[in-house]
Amino acid sequence: MKLLRCPVNGLRPISEFVWGGEVRDMPDPDAVSDAEWAHYVFDRSGVPAVKREWWYHVPSGVWFIAERDTVADRVLRTYPYGGDA
Amino acid sequence: MPYRLLKFALARRHPEPRMFRTHARLKPSYDVVIIGGGGHGLAAAYYLARDHGITDVCVLEKGYLGGGNTARNTTIVRSNYLTPEGVRFYDESVRLWRDLSAEFDLNLFYSTRGHYTLAHTDASLRTMRWRAEVNRHLGVESRVVDVEELRRALPMMDLSAGGHAPVLGALYHAPGAVARHDAVAWGYGRGADLRGVEIHQQTEVVGIELEGGAVSAVLTTKGRIATRTVLCAVAGSTPRITRMVGLSTPITIQPLQAMVSEPLKPWLDPIIVSGSLHVYVSQSARGELVMGASLDPCELHSTRSTFDFTEGLASHMLDLFPFLSRVRVLRQWAGMADMTPDFAPIMGTTPVTGFYLDAGWGTWGFKATPVAGKTMAWTIAHGRDHELIRAFNLSRFTDFRLTGEKGAASVGH
Repeated sequence: MKLLRCPVNGLRPISEFVWGGEVRDMPDPDAVSDAEWAHYVFDRSGVPAVKREWWYHVPSGVWFIAERDTVADRVLRTYPYGGDA
Repeated sequence: MPYRLLKFALARRHPEPRMFRTHARLKPSYDVVIIGGGGHGLAAAYYLARDHGITDVCVLEKGYLGGGNTARNTTIVRSNYLTPEGVRFYDESVRLWRDLSAEFDLNLFYSTRGHYTLAHTDASLRTMRWRAEVNRHLGVESRVVDVEELRRALPMMDLSAGGHAPVLGALYHAPGAVARHDAVAWGYGRGADLRGVEIHQQTEVVGIELEGGAVSAVLTTKGRIATRTVLCAVAGSTPRITRMVGLSTPITIQPLQAMVSEPLKPWLDPIIVSGSLHVYVSQSARGELVMGASLDPCELHSTRSTFDFTEGLASHMLDLFPFLSRVRVLRQWAGMADMTPDFAPIMGTTPVTGFYLDAGWGTWGFKATPVAGKTMAWTIAHGRDHELIRAFNLSRFTDFRLTGEKGAASVGH
């Protein structure tokens, strides 16, 4: 993967981007147990899959979502965050 | 001679003994099943058989023995960590390493070189003073050296790093060493085999059966094995196995790349590491410069290599050693690293009865091969964590008691 399509700036070299990890739902801190909160803070899905991830275009300061196959390292699509995480 | 060679090539039975036996089929059950035939898994099998008399053990390897991260690291052994728990653990490993060649009757080319971690900023110098104090407190030989001493010790190095990252000092760790990585796996494999352990290559684990929260069987591509004890020693692929028992962990997989140069006359005795420049380098017994850098910057389940890596690492190498500009890169490769949030491994018992983890080996696994094997064997034999690995249990992530090794684990994190 050498190029990534930023939904705002178009196709840019991968060196301009920073990976922000998988998109995850934050539980309500007041409503969950300590163990559930710890699970949210630390645990990750480490298995290979097509994942929805946060990516950041550094020069323009744009956070967006990319769907990426973590085995083939291929991005299927990118789009702006729509509050759907 | 040519006739003998021809006869040898055509002979069905070769007189040269193999390192270990091959087995036609799996038995229907074993006392202990070890998933992963790398250094760690084979070492655990070896110590289970040697120290605890548990010999009804099989080691399952998806590919070939020692073909994963055991073959993909840069073979550096050291114990100059940051936390007392880490220092004690890795120091025990260094002690075990020194005797391994004699124990195996196999030359591991274990070579004590001395290890310099360069500081280019006040902040890293401060961490090094901290590490030196913790190390010395626990009897590990580490000290901070100044630029004058570095100039005398490493006259071939540009201490200004091309003018843009001047070296302010370094952490010197005399026991720092390198070893022949393949031989480690073979040595443990042969030792385990001689004591009755079965090694099955080309055997992939596809599932693990549980019964009332305890392990009852392992499903493989070559059949079902009934067992009550499983050790998962597959760093780089750990989440695929933990998923089979419904265990969630903080581990994510990121590739770590490395490369070697063409062979040169011996000129670099110690191991040099620069966290700021993202470089570590040593010269192998063959004369090749073995070089590594930081992790690839995102999750990836692949061992592909990139040109970006070669270019970046070569540029930083030239900052320190400008005279290498005409030296060619011979080959490059990558391994998949089990990354944890605190840069310490995840070892020992788990909430699943009979399921033991030797995982989270990130970029620090090779040096721990002997001690990981030894402590995991003890843990399996006794059903509770060995005292050296208590701080590494998976439960630290539910108790919010991390073992922060980020400042000493590797470079560029």
